[in-house]
Amino acid sequence: MRKLIIDNKEYKSRLILGTGKYKDFEETGKAVEASGCEMVTVAIRRLNIGQDKDSPSLLDVVSPEKFTILPNTAGCYTSEDAVRTCELASELLSGKMLVKLEVLSDSKTLYPNVVETLKASEILVKKGFKVMVYTTDDPIVAKELEKIGCECIMPLGSAIGSGLGIINEFNIREIIENTEVPIIVDAGVGTASDACIAMELGCDGVLMNTAVACAKNPILMASAMKHAIEAGSKAYEAGRIAKTLKGVASSPKDGMITDE
Amino acid sequence: MNIILNNQSDEIRDGITIRELLDHKKIHTKYIAVEINQKIIPRSKYNQHELKEGDKIEIITAIGGG
Repeated sequence: MRKLIIDNKEYKSRLILGTGKYKDFEETGKAVEASGCEMVTVAIRRLNIGQDKDSPSLLDVVSPEKFTILPNTAGCYTSEDAVRTCELASELLSGKMLVKLEVLSDSKTLYPNVVETLKASEILVKKGFKVMVYTTDDPIVAKELEKIGCECIMPLGSAIGSGLGIINEFNIREIIENTEVPIIVDAGVGTASDACIAMELGCDGVLMNTAVACAKNPILMASAMKHAIEAGSKAYEAGRIAKTLKGVASSPKDGMITDE
Repeated sequence: MNIILNNQSDEIRDGITIRELLDHKKIHTKYIAVEINQKIIPRSKYNQHELKEGDKIEIITAIGGG
């Protein structure tokens, strides 16, 4: 399997974990640890002014010294808002330029707005950002985003937080075949088998949040995801057998005690 | 003078710098970014940059997200 290299850094773990929706920072930290991930996503929001100065912040728990912090543009519906958010994120993270771009269409489906996503990608790439872009599972759009210069294409498996898994495996496979940059399935994973399937299809990684954070036991699920991604990755490399419509015996036909 | 801080109207003394505002509000500055009237003010300018009447200030941070 090819190495996963993002912004000139090689990643051993192919899991990128979101840090939203956990019970508290302790649970976040433990889930991140159990997942074995090396990159985590964060959201950029107004500071809650008036909170205790000494209460820990997320980045005290998931330290930028230890993890690659991937700021997202979640909640942005226009390219302008997304670019502004990325610039704030870069200032916040001492000039780091790696971002997860997501520009949404509407709050009901959370489906990517491809037109605004393409626009924002162009602006961000020109500004020198390394763009990991969340998009639809449309192979043509993926190719366009690659041409613009995105670092990594992140098609949805299904809607954000839906847990429906990978709805269109054929499109994901098509995207992988038609592009050179890393392909990471982002959104839709419900349980470990979904992440495993993404890897079996030949994806370079999987990004998830809700499937882990909202599991009954997030820390155990984080560990399950780690193993599922490793299993899927190995299975892809090993090469699966062809599917047949008829049974093919695995024991020899000869030498049966019933033979006369 | 009046400013808008994170979408809330606030009364502060005239000519206050960003650094003074952050100290006054007891804001830990390690993981924040400051924007004034949609223009990012780099960390290195916190000590010099004085706020003006009506400034719209956004102080942002990283929180949990996917």
